[in-house]
Amino acid sequence: MQFSGRRRKLAVHSQNDLYSHCLQLYVQPPLENISLSEFETFAVERLKLLKTVENLGVSYVKTTEQYTKKLHASFTKSQVGPSEYEKRRKDHISHFILRLAYCQTEDLRRWFIQQEMDLFRHRFNDLSSKYKTEFLHKNNLKYDTLSADEKMNLKDQLINSTFGFSGITIVEQDFYKVPFQDALDLIRTRKVFLRGGYAYIPHQDIVTIVLNDFRTRLSKALALTARSLPAVQSDERLQPLLNHLSHAYVGQDYSIQKNIGKISLEQIDPLSAKSFPLCMRQLHKSLRENHHLRHGGRMQYGLFLKGIGLTLEQALQFWRSEFIRGKVDADKFDKAYAYSIRHMFGKEGKRTDYTPYSCMKVILSNPPSQGDYHGCPFRHSDPELLKQKLQSYKLSPSGIVQVGLHTHTLKHNWSLAHRIKAFLHYMDFSGGFKLSSVLEYQQLEDITNPVTWP
Amino acid sequence: MSNSDYDPACLPDLLPLYYRRLFPFSQYYRWLSYGGVTKNYFQNREFSFTLKDDIYVRYQSFSTQNELEKEMQKMNPYKIDIGAVYSHRPSQHNTVKSGTFQALEKELVFDIDMTDYDDVRSCCSAADICSKCWTLMTIAIRILDRALREDFGFQHLLWVYSGRRGVHCWVCDEAARKLSVAARSAVAEYLSLVKGGEETVKKVVLSDPIHPFISQSLSVVEHYFLQYAIVGQELLSSKEGVDKVLNLLPEDILCDLLLHYQSEKNPTKRWERLKTLVHQKRATSKKGGQYFDKEIMLQYCYPRLDVNVSKGVNHLLKSPFSVHPKTGKRIIIVIEVYFIFHNIDIYIFLITLFLICEELDKPRPDEEEEDDTKDKENEIEAGERRKIRVYKASFTYFKRTSLAKYIKLFDQFLDSVARSRKGDMLKKSDLQKDF
Repeated sequence: MQFSGRRRKLAVHSQNDLYSHCLQLYVQPPLENISLSEFETFAVERLKLLKTVENLGVSYVKTTEQYTKKLHASFTKSQVGPSEYEKRRKDHISHFILRLAYCQTEDLRRWFIQQEMDLFRHRFNDLSSKYKTEFLHKNNLKYDTLSADEKMNLKDQLINSTFGFSGITIVEQDFYKVPFQDALDLIRTRKVFLRGGYAYIPHQDIVTIVLNDFRTRLSKALALTARSLPAVQSDERLQPLLNHLSHAYVGQDYSIQKNIGKISLEQIDPLSAKSFPLCMRQLHKSLRENHHLRHGGRMQYGLFLKGIGLTLEQALQFWRSEFIRGKVDADKFDKAYAYSIRHMFGKEGKRTDYTPYSCMKVILSNPPSQGDYHGCPFRHSDPELLKQKLQSYKLSPSGIVQVGLHTHTLKHNWSLAHRIKAFLHYMDFSGGFKLSSVLEYQQLEDITNPVTWP
Repeated sequence: MSNSDYDPACLPDLLPLYYRRLFPFSQYYRWLSYGGVTKNYFQNREFSFTLKDDIYVRYQSFSTQNELEKEMQKMNPYKIDIGAVYSHRPSQHNTVKSGTFQALEKELVFDIDMTDYDDVRSCCSAADICSKCWTLMTIAIRILDRALREDFGFQHLLWVYSGRRGVHCWVCDEAARKLSVAARSAVAEYLSLVKGGEETVKKVVLSDPIHPFISQSLSVVEHYFLQYAIVGQELLSSKEGVDKVLNLLPEDILCDLLLHYQSEKNPTKRWERLKTLVHQKRATSKKGGQYFDKEIMLQYCYPRLDVNVSKGVNHLLKSPFSVHPKTGKRIIIVIEVYFIFHNIDIYIFLITLFLICEELDKPRPDEEEEDDTKDKENEIEAGERRKIRVYKASFTYFKRTSLAKYIKLFDQFLDSVARSRKGDMLKKSDLQKDF
């Protein structure tokens, strides 16, 4: 029992110990003094990096080579420092500074965790097998690996439960025995072999386990940081900087000009009020408000946006950035929603380049139900509600009468003719095309596609 | 056992007898204390009682076995639920600072309810069960028992008949009791294969590769399918049944079968044809595995869990040895009992409160004889003799009843939990090198 000896060893805390691995879980906060200018520089540079991570994550599917290459390039560019030690120190300090700026609200925290996780995942995957194992051991994730014999005995089960493995790769790769409580996501979806309470996880998937650990820790830490924030904010030197940092994340960096599409993403908001048909304006508004649209809405609005000139990349960016503001995190978006957007553009499945829905289709098929915002307001909305909506869109009272939404009409059943007439009046008043060019409602069947309006 | 219509109003009369003579308090206390290893584990456990006139009281807790007995004998609950072990005594939860009273641990539980299978059984519906559809419970127990033991490594599973229309499983391992909400939900999802509500026609979809858990579950289902589903439930005997099954198949196979079934009326042969066609399609198809036959078997037989019951740490579940207050028209009240599952088949006996109270009233002839001979040997006085007989009897009342064998099984279960615990403690002290 060498108590004194052990204590002595711990006290001698060499620099090399602190940053012995290029990657860390940011468990211990930095304990040194730094200058204000270093404080600011470190923070701003990391924030730039995280914003790049965000942009790349929104523009490319994260499992593609393109994404990895671009992220690698951006990351390497950001790593400027006189020595490896300096780089690691900066990584450590800048992370903790940004915690201060991003702990205050749910939104900020979620954003920060998401980007830090994406960055961490990339850096971990980039490590060699040896360094990965070293990292695991240094961080108390002491998972045993299977012996060659054990692997052979379980070969069939491992192949049948682990995606992407054949007889050969089983032999080549290491498999870790992880207690199932540490691998819940993989267990829940039955993506790994489970026996005796242990999940058998291949080396390539160990990152999921590590990421879970990372997310849990960071989430708890941010909650704790938020509580001690008042003390930090009372420091006048830091407060303006931290505020500036936390506001910088809001808003996409649309300055990356893309000349391909006929419209740019910034134009969508003003256009929706000025030139969109009412159904599309309604969909856009509810998307902005709820950060979500159900399937019917996504199809109707998504195809419309394609029709007015949005490119696939723009569409992905548009939908993703909105959904992330809601309850969907980036991974879920990639898995559940991105596919159908690419499908719309003919990049998946049977690769049909789908055309936007015609008025007839919108009016006659797939009526909206509770929680839906698609369909045709003139067909599917309650006339009273419709009237209110048009009023809120600043249609004048005479306009409302002309649209046919006065009390007389409301008492009777609205025919399709009425509704189409009402719609045209709406377009007229909102700045769309002129009513005079179309008179008889029977002729309206020619005007079938909302996209054809300016 | 009499089948006469029994008046549920008798319940108030029988319950006191049950709680005074038959309820196995010492085993019950032994179970929920788990060896007294964790301080206040029993004291911080929540119980809830349903009393006469549907009065429901929560946050009941007790300091000792004696207190539990006295309270239950006083209140005579119609139903008892067990909840979580909390951070403080549940009966004092109002005095605790808000936010600090928390559910800490509870057994991992599963509830399989026969009504969840109404869309796939033709013999009964709602709360009715019969020996035909009981096979579904057998299948559920075999599949889940294996998975919980072999895949998850749990050892101490208590299976209980829930009193009317299903079974519960209480996983009592220490690791299970400490699981978080997320972990419980992950376990339940791992075990779930039948997905979708009223709107969903096809509730099971399989794709390559087939996870070992699914293969193992399938072999249990396959063992029972022909006898239970094709013969017993007459899946392919009526037009209605056939239509429902065919709805789960792709068009080409469907058409072929419709044609074939016009002449072939034997259900077993019909099923064979279905399987043949599916296998043929699988062999010749360019797409990956097409397992329509297996999907059908799973949709009709695979266990349907209520994930919400398993998820919550603070979820209250009906207690073993509680009485089930709702009566059917024919048989009266049923008690929850523990039963063990054999390799051949599940054995279950419906114990009613009425039955065991009747059994109680009949003294067994051999018992009296035994007492007499012993007394003669010891030359005890008459008064003393009477006292001793009463004293002995009160510890062995339940032994006269059908409840006995189930309490014995419960004892065996508790013994194995205790053995395990001792083993773990030895291991721990070895690791710490306590001398």
